[in-house]
Amino acid sequence: MGELWLRPVGLRPQAVSISGGVGGNVAEESTTEKSGRGQGSRDENIAIIRELDYSRGHRKIFDGLNLDIPRGRVTAIMGPSGTGKTTLLRLMTGQILPNHGSILLEGSDVCRMGRNELYDTRKRIGMLFQNGALLTDISVYENVAFPLREHTRLPERLIRHIVLTKLHAVGLRGAAELMPAELSGGMARRIALARAIAMDPDLILYDEPFVGLDPISMGVIVRLIRRMNDALGLTSVVVTHDVEEVSSIADRTYLLSDGKVVASGSPEDLQENCSAVVMQFMNGMADGPVPFHYPAPDYSEQLLRRGQE
Amino acid sequence: MRRVLVDVAYAVQEWLETFGASQIFLMRVLAGCPRALLRPGLIVRQVYASGVLSLAIIGISGLFVGMVLALQGYNSLERFGATESLGVVAALALVRELGPVVTALLFAGRAGTALASEIGLMRATDQLSGMEMMAVDPIKRVVVPRFIGGIISMPLLAAIFSAMGILGAWLVGVVLLGVDEGSFWSSMRDQVDYKDDVLSGVLKSFVFGIAASLLAVFEGYNSIPTAEGVSRATTRTVVLTALSVLILNFMLTAVLIGEV
Repeated sequence: MGELWLRPVGLRPQAVSISGGVGGNVAEESTTEKSGRGQGSRDENIAIIRELDYSRGHRKIFDGLNLDIPRGRVTAIMGPSGTGKTTLLRLMTGQILPNHGSILLEGSDVCRMGRNELYDTRKRIGMLFQNGALLTDISVYENVAFPLREHTRLPERLIRHIVLTKLHAVGLRGAAELMPAELSGGMARRIALARAIAMDPDLILYDEPFVGLDPISMGVIVRLIRRMNDALGLTSVVVTHDVEEVSSIADRTYLLSDGKVVASGSPEDLQENCSAVVMQFMNGMADGPVPFHYPAPDYSEQLLRRGQE
Repeated sequence: MRRVLVDVAYAVQEWLETFGASQIFLMRVLAGCPRALLRPGLIVRQVYASGVLSLAIIGISGLFVGMVLALQGYNSLERFGATESLGVVAALALVRELGPVVTALLFAGRAGTALASEIGLMRATDQLSGMEMMAVDPIKRVVVPRFIGGIISMPLLAAIFSAMGILGAWLVGVVLLGVDEGSFWSSMRDQVDYKDDVLSGVLKSFVFGIAASLLAVFEGYNSIPTAEGVSRATTRTVVLTALSVLILNFMLTAVLIGEV
């Protein structure tokens, strides 16, 4: 394969090298290049989160969270299960509203947007859900074509061209006519990725993209995230707790715990961080600041009391 | 005592929240209807799913209801020597009451549960959130076509139910029990009024269609995204639709007859 021209919705034609597809030279492509596209006259950060508070019932998920997403980079948001990583993505896309604070996307506060403005903003965001969230009653081809059919009036020939290009980019052009139920977990996520980039977004959000994948599928997804980011000039936010995989592709990493950012920097910075929370998470220790046991009354007292009843 | 009061207050609050949510939902669905009509392909697909796929259960049920009606009717009319009125008795019962009501109950069991569980599973598997993230309103894209499809299907299914019922009554009455065929059809033609009987049945089935479709899409859309939540939404769809249809039927009958 030489160079492929991606002209999704005529907004931003780009020469993208997709040499050899997923099964070809991609593995040899550099995944450590830290590109900084899209900077220049625009803001350095595509998203800025300030003093974010969010509670679910009596439980405080975020307590004064501050976070910046640099443009053109791959940003990883990590943290133990239940720290609100997926909730943060839902807040960033206006699916839920915070109790307090601001989430600026390209300078506009998501929390203050009306439905139409929010939908216009979402057209510039792609999101990869944990399970792919493919529409199960239509084929792979129709899934990737779905946002194009809903938002554009492109002729069928052009839609077909775009869909096949996106499917080729994720290595699944041959699966175009399959139904979602016929796909493996890794394939479903790659199709969802093709759909997420169909509208040529500026920002793409990945919600636990590596969960439940075999090593080969995981390697493919890891490389695709980095390659898509660099080739299409995107900004990527990867929410995950897979330290090793994300460290190989992230430019910046945030570690969340107790509703706040407890550490940030490059993956190397986090590896060298001596904080107990960071060390526990990065080294996968069972007990530490994040306790092994869920809060409970004293074990012996509880046993004795129950014995008397 | 205080605990009971708190529980009652929570129950009232929950009911008010559900009621408010259902009203907002209804407004959004109604607001989405005009634009949905511009995409007839989506509606036709739902008429097929709700209507065409319900044809077998509706047709067979209608046939047997008509047959039972003829048996019972013949048994009663024979005492008065009025078996030639069997046609009109069966037709009036089917067109005015049994057609719309039984079809609505069967619709709730076949199409209503399918709608609720389909939309509930779409929520549980993030398909609705995925649409939201693609800037596609799931109410307009998923809910409204299914709602309109249900409303279109219901009167058609009720008409097919009544037609099959009349066929069943003819089979039992004329073919099996020997009622005079001429009086069976002529009494029906003379006594069944187009406006008072047929149109009132159509009106009823149209109203039941709105109620059944709205409840199904509402329960599915607002279901808790778990296996238990979807199951509960499906059950609630059948129970609430059955109750609503029976209550609405009384109210509509009272208004249409005008004697209450």
